Amino acid sequence: MNNPTDGAAPAAKSRLHRLLPHPILTAALTVIWLLLANSVSAGQFLLGLLFGWAIPRFTLRFWPERVQARRPLVLLRFIGVVLYDILVANLAVAWLILRGPQRLRPGFVQLPLDLTSDLAISLLANTISLTPGTVSARLSPDRRTLLIHALDLTDSAALIAAIKSRYEAPLKQVFESC
Amino acid sequence: MIELVVSVLILAGAVFTLIGALGLVRLRDFYTRLHGPTKATTLGVGSLLVASAVWFSTRGAGLSLHEVLVTLFLFITAPVSAHLLAKAALHQRLHSLAPEPESQPESAAQSEETDAG
Repeated sequence: MNNPTDGAAPAAKSRLHRLLPHPILTAALTVIWLLLANSVSAGQFLLGLLFGWAIPRFTLRFWPERVQARRPLVLLRFIGVVLYDILVANLAVAWLILRGPQRLRPGFVQLPLDLTSDLAISLLANTISLTPGTVSARLSPDRRTLLIHALDLTDSAALIAAIKSRYEAPLKQVFESC
Repeated sequence: MIELVVSVLILAGAVFTLIGALGLVRLRDFYTRLHGPTKATTLGVGSLLVASAVWFSTRGAGLSLHEVLVTLFLFITAPVSAHLLAKAALHQRLHSLAPEPESQPESAAQSEETDAG
């Protein structure tokens, strides 16, 4: 996303980048600190900022790519969709368990991935595991397919289409729109 | 009124957690059993946390937001552990009710595999 061909601006940008490698992580850690402290006093806010600045710097090697997020509205909508799905799918899984395991048709599905960044793939795998009825089981070494185990698999094509349109498309918009 | 809401939430949470535990007992292979505790419990624990937030926020000590943090940590860690368990099970070739996926050669799969956590 950095364009190295123009002159002075990228240099200043990269200096800022070195000083503050992951502004989004800094903001997130600050919010988490304030939640942990359960107060929003100025002192706690500064302390949170300090941690938010220092922790990403000390764990730089863990975040080789720059964490970026665009389109906050899409992200919010995505979170809403996921929460709704967790609610509905929990009821469905509860019903499946109560109805009896004899009639389950478990199965594996290979989900071809369009996402490429580590963070987006991790979030997709987490989302798939959070929504009941599916667990992400293995990421292929070339990071092109994610193996999913489904508790009750009736139509694997429909499952793949649902995951792609409901979860993967928004994640791609938020984290990989370039 | 608040007590009623909190009671309903706690009961709902307990019921879903119970169903998750039931799933662990009743389902018949490792992979399906993994679904019970990791999932039916997200709603179970979720209701309990909402109940806790409602109760402590209305007792005069100000808004209680620790529950948001618990949810966040839970939603980050539970899928990762489920993923690692499933991956380990695949690696061990545990008995599965589902037809096994055609697997890549394990040696190649291991060499540079990074888990999605």
